[in-house]
Amino acid sequence: MVIKVLGPGCPKCRQTEEVVRQAVSESGVLAQVENVSGVMEISSYGVFGTPAVVIDGQVKSVGKVPGKKDVLTWLGK
Amino acid sequence: MSDSCCATTSKTADRCSAEGNVMLLACSGGSNVGQLANQVCVELTQEGFGKMYCLAGIGGELSGFVRSAQDVTQVVVLDGCEVGCAKAIFQKAGVPLRGHLVLTELGIAKNKDFNLKRDELDKVKTAARQASRGQS
Repeated sequence: MVIKVLGPGCPKCRQTEEVVRQAVSESGVLAQVENVSGVMEISSYGVFGTPAVVIDGQVKSVGKVPGKKDVLTWLGK
Repeated sequence: MSDSCCATTSKTADRCSAEGNVMLLACSGGSNVGQLANQVCVELTQEGFGKMYCLAGIGGELSGFVRSAQDVTQVVVLDGCEVGCAKAIFQKAGVPLRGHLVLTELGIAKNKDFNLKRDELDKVKTAARQASRGQS
């Protein structure tokens, strides 16, 4: 599983990455978490704003810091 | 998108701002009212009121576009006429419709004259600004 956190490095983007990493750690799911900060790559997902979370190519959240519970649900936990 | 920090344009991606995050969508149809809807979204974007977004991406059910339309705090959806193509796209993609306007219901007659009228553009812009209010 590949999880991408889209964001140029603002505080909420960093917070989102932290929430995602905590959820992955708690879940025990094998997942690679990547930060995507390049404007062109972020734009390629068509998101209206950041932070955004993409799991295996599917955009799960846009423009907000997701809750850990949400991320665990996306991870199937 | 109350806690969104950044929009994904080259102009704003390097800074954080919650300003101008109204999503603007137009049916962009093949009539005066479709093109009025399109031009209103262009002008409101240029004025910093919001950001024009791709209705086609939602129609194509691309996850980034559908999720963005679901998660955004304020949205204005402009349909030129009562056929309601934009409304239908939202329904098909399972996105709740908010801030929806039909231009013919504002008293603008549908025709094939693509010389858009300034007074009609201004009328729709005022209605679009009003449609975004009360969403949060």
